[in-house]
Amino acid sequence: MAALINVPSKAKRGDIIEIRTLTSHIMETGFRRTMDGALVPRDIITSFTCRYNGTEIFRADLFPAIAANPYLSFFTIAKESGKLEFEWIGDNGYSSRASASITVE
Amino acid sequence: MRMTRRQFLSLAGGVTVAGTIPVVTLRPLKATPAMLNTAIRNLVGEVPIRTGKVKLDIPPLVENGNTVPMTVSVASAMTADDYVKSIHVFNEKNPQPNIGNFYLNPSSGRAQVSTRIRLADTQKVVAIARLSDDSFWQVAADIVVTLAACTEEVN
Amino acid sequence: MIFWRAIAVAALAATTSALLAGEIPPDARRSGYSFMSPDTRAMQDDDTSNPGMLFVLDGEALWGRKVGSADKACADCHGDARSSMKGVAARYPAFDRTLGRPVTLDQRINLCRANHQQASSLPYEGHDILALSAFVAHQSRGVAITTGDDPQLIAFVEQGRSLFMQREGQLNLACTNCHDDNFDKHLAGSPITQGQPTGYPLYRLEWQTLGSLERRLRSCMTGVRAQAYEYGAPELVALELYLMSRARGMPMETPAVRP
Repeated sequence: MAALINVPSKAKRGDIIEIRTLTSHIMETGFRRTMDGALVPRDIITSFTCRYNGTEIFRADLFPAIAANPYLSFFTIAKESGKLEFEWIGDNGYSSRASASITVE
Repeated sequence: MRMTRRQFLSLAGGVTVAGTIPVVTLRPLKATPAMLNTAIRNLVGEVPIRTGKVKLDIPPLVENGNTVPMTVSVASAMTADDYVKSIHVFNEKNPQPNIGNFYLNPSSGRAQVSTRIRLADTQKVVAIARLSDDSFWQVAADIVVTLAACTEEVN
Repeated sequence: MIFWRAIAVAALAATTSALLAGEIPPDARRSGYSFMSPDTRAMQDDDTSNPGMLFVLDGEALWGRKVGSADKACADCHGDARSSMKGVAARYPAFDRTLGRPVTLDQRINLCRANHQQASSLPYEGHDILALSAFVAHQSRGVAITTGDDPQLIAFVEQGRSLFMQREGQLNLACTNCHDDNFDKHLAGSPITQGQPTGYPLYRLEWQTLGSLERRLRSCMTGVRAQAYEYGAPELVALELYLMSRARGMPMETPAVRP
């Protein structure tokens, strides 16, 4: 599944940087019904984690009230060059990962 | 001067923070239904929730309740001994009261989170921040959700 | 709420029935973008916050994937879409000589699949056709629409125009009653736009997904309580053709974001 990650490729040490992520997911609430009245089972992303060189820097619990194709923006301090890893986990064993690299000077 | 709604909302929020002494309330917000109160009490226990520090940026009149941009920010130094541990967002009238929980730490640098949410109807949204001293701070906003003029048949 | 909305629509119908249908002069044309709130505009403006771009990315992957018994990818014939597809969506629907009628971009993709890839048709409004057509149309972002320049299309544009002007449904409204005569007013809480199809397929907040112009037209028809034409029906293609030719010269925005 496609994901869009926006992380500055370069930053100065100590800068506060914004990280934006957008990922494909239907986020089916589990409260909707089909025309014949059958309940559409819940299928959402329940958890998002961002790690910076292995250390968790941001985590979120998501509920059915998060819109489809979840968008998240948050901040971190640029400390060292390396890798930002993103992980989305959800219902029915859903798991998806992405990463971005950053150079800190 | 023509003021946009967003400017108005942030201005109104600013006045609340700066112009009043934080009101200590034992019950979260009078008008909120029982489910919302329960969800908030599950988070904070019996600790008093103070008003202030938290800013909730949502257009007061949204174009579509299925995808509503929302930003929560908390006034905090974000240092090792004074930072925001988590931000929790709740609503009043969706089938479930929870919207999202966001966990921060001193290396976040800035206590600000944005996402896009669903609002089933015109209602109140509440954001609560838990600080490193385990105090809880809240803000609430009333959001008017307009329904689409032409709705499709369900497939 | 539904009842209240019905009254709002009925009131609009009553006040506009005396007005004549007037087409919008070229310099007064406005994209749906200009009717949106700053928040929704911001969502479209930044590619990493525009959820339509997720489909463009998926379409790019499909563009390079070999399919069908011919085992060919789109890229095997068309090469780099950034150059080969630039401006293509801006002239669709286009006349197909073999069929003797206009085809939409979605139909062209399926004709390519049938004739050159020997692959099955992608169903209308499915993820893959939307992703491919978003990827192709995205290559025309910023390019001025030229649809309808082909003289072979004149009769079909005229058919689309008369469908646009024709009242239909239980509310007895024509497209023109809202989108020529009453744009910039509101229908319930939503602004009425000019119906300029500059950004399709587009991400609609209401849908929470990407959708085609045909889906939008069908939901308008349901809105006026008319029986919507089936996907791919000649009437929908003619309407799409008329709307695109009506927007001639306006820049493409695919993937646009709309409420």
